[in-house]
Amino acid sequence: MDPVQSAADLADRLGKTGYLCDEALATIGFLALRMQRPLLLEGEPGTGKTALAEALALAQDVPLIRLQCYEGIDASQALYDWDFPRQILHLRALEATEHSLDAAAAEHSLFDERFLLARPVLRALQESPAVLLVDEIDRADDEFEAFLLEVLSTYQVTIPELGTVSAQQPPFVVLTSNRTREIHDALKRRCLYHWIEHPDLRREVEIVRVRAPEVSEALAQQVVAVVQQLRNGVDLLKPPGVAETLDWARALEELGVRQLDLEVAAATLGTIVKYREDAERVRKALDRMLAPA
Amino acid sequence: MTPAAAAVARPTHAPDEVLLGFTRALRAAGLRVTQDRAQAYLEAVSVVGIGDRRATYWAGRTTLCSGPDDLDRYDQVFESWFLSRGPVPVGPPQETRTVTTAELTEDGPPGEGEGEESLHAVASSTEVLRHRDIADLDPAEKSRLAGLFATLQPRAPHRPATRRTPWRRGEVDAHRTLRRTLSRMGEPAEIAWRRRGTRPRRVVLLVDVSGSMSAYADALLRLAHRFATAAGNVEVFTIGTRLTHITRAMRQRDPDRAIVAAGETVPDWSGGTRLGEALKSFLDRWGQRGMARGAVVVVFSDGWERGDAALLGEQMQRLHRLAHRVVWVNPHRGKAGYQPVQQGIVAALPYVDRFVAGHSLQTFAELIEVVAHA
Repeated sequence: MDPVQSAADLADRLGKTGYLCDEALATIGFLALRMQRPLLLEGEPGTGKTALAEALALAQDVPLIRLQCYEGIDASQALYDWDFPRQILHLRALEATEHSLDAAAAEHSLFDERFLLARPVLRALQESPAVLLVDEIDRADDEFEAFLLEVLSTYQVTIPELGTVSAQQPPFVVLTSNRTREIHDALKRRCLYHWIEHPDLRREVEIVRVRAPEVSEALAQQVVAVVQQLRNGVDLLKPPGVAETLDWARALEELGVRQLDLEVAAATLGTIVKYREDAERVRKALDRMLAPA
Repeated sequence: MTPAAAAVARPTHAPDEVLLGFTRALRAAGLRVTQDRAQAYLEAVSVVGIGDRRATYWAGRTTLCSGPDDLDRYDQVFESWFLSRGPVPVGPPQETRTVTTAELTEDGPPGEGEGEESLHAVASSTEVLRHRDIADLDPAEKSRLAGLFATLQPRAPHRPATRRTPWRRGEVDAHRTLRRTLSRMGEPAEIAWRRRGTRPRRVVLLVDVSGSMSAYADALLRLAHRFATAAGNVEVFTIGTRLTHITRAMRQRDPDRAIVAAGETVPDWSGGTRLGEALKSFLDRWGQRGMARGAVVVVFSDGWERGDAALLGEQMQRLHRLAHRVVWVNPHRGKAGYQPVQQGIVAALPYVDRFVAGHSLQTFAELIEVVAHA
């Protein structure tokens, strides 16, 4: 596939995969591709941080390799590990078949690439061009960040028994963070930074139309208008994201609803608000918004 | 919008000078623009082309900003630099806080007060100082007390970890047992055991710096500094009329510099108190995302609420559901005749696990024990 020519080109390609991005995100994505820098995305949950990585992989027709971070993650889960049981089996098999066993040769045969379990980061380097998604980096520990920094600055990994693996072409790296803690400055400096906002009304309607084509235009309009009002006007513990809007639209479509009214909205509230306190507030707000005109 | 805005704005300068000048203006406005960031910015602009103003705007925003707090300031500087609207903002306010200093006359440098008697006198006056209410101290006593903060040794509370670690009893560690057996060529080896390890729990300190707490603010920040430098995973915020994240300032090793740095960061010293709102913005922006989840949250406040006490109650309930333990430290708690009758404290108390005093060094030491065992 041809390299991406411009920001508009990238937006176009992402659009074809069903991910609608605004000018800012397209420009920044294009810059990240061109400058071969990792992209650090932050923003409210449900603004499409992870979806962007998926769409980028799809748009460039390269594999997406995902590394979900969690507390206590370390290099053996991110990079590589040796397949210990298979190595033992291999030794036993050698013992059983060849009686004149050369110790050095046997040992050498143990650390072969076929016993190597490539974890996401190593896989991304091997399979590049690829998109490597490092999801929720803020959940990992500081030490892991430092390790990641090392890989991201050189795009190569050294395995003592095998040698150095370096990427022919650096993979496109997307990091996402929910800001449960501040990412270390050194890592941030390596990356291009973008804060993803919730989409505006027009774009969100488009997203619903593209992602859930079965939902009618009129219903999509109504649903998005209500969600936007809830997001901006009502004080909620957890404002609904785009994923919730989609869920709600699909739920209404499943129920065969053509026109959003108070009763149906109240019955399907569970798709957009996940807190009891929020449900109370949304019910009150809906009374105002959907009052028979 | 006109194309080639940057070049038009200052026709006599080379484009890269204009762009680098912009990064300097950002630095002056308080963004942490480092040399490599400025380099990345130039590279990004050359990729998108300097003629495209909107693209240069995004190129700068993505290479020079490092968090949502930077975005507004970036916009302001961008407008005044490239669009010549208004003066280039300078900030955060470089208000030099006067740190009260006093000569070390009382416990003085070694060799000054000789003899055992004077040593004894110093020791006991230190002991008295530990128990004195910080609000009643004069500047000299305060500076002596500041030295004593180093004696506080905060420890992080612990929680069970997900990963198992080797231990001498517990559950059987099949992996290690097998590996031991293999190393003896299949001869049965000793059984290895493992257990769940422990990890330090996060501690979040919310320090009220409003007017009614001003006598304690310095001491509380010193305590927060001890926590931030000694106890590992600690986050510090100040609350007043607004919420300020000061963990970065608190990480500096030297306590005086840390406090000056905090003073430069916090815009609302000795203002009013809107605990409920500040707590809400903490929970919205940080707490619910995960910072307060399973953490020990310590609120330092006297509970004077200028805003709506009902909101404070609601937010405290929310905090209580997220956090592992909520500790409320009130400097007036330890005083004779104190009754928790202020609106704010009445609203908050049902959702507080431990309500402790915090007006002297001794009570701080007790607080450290409470946190360590939370």
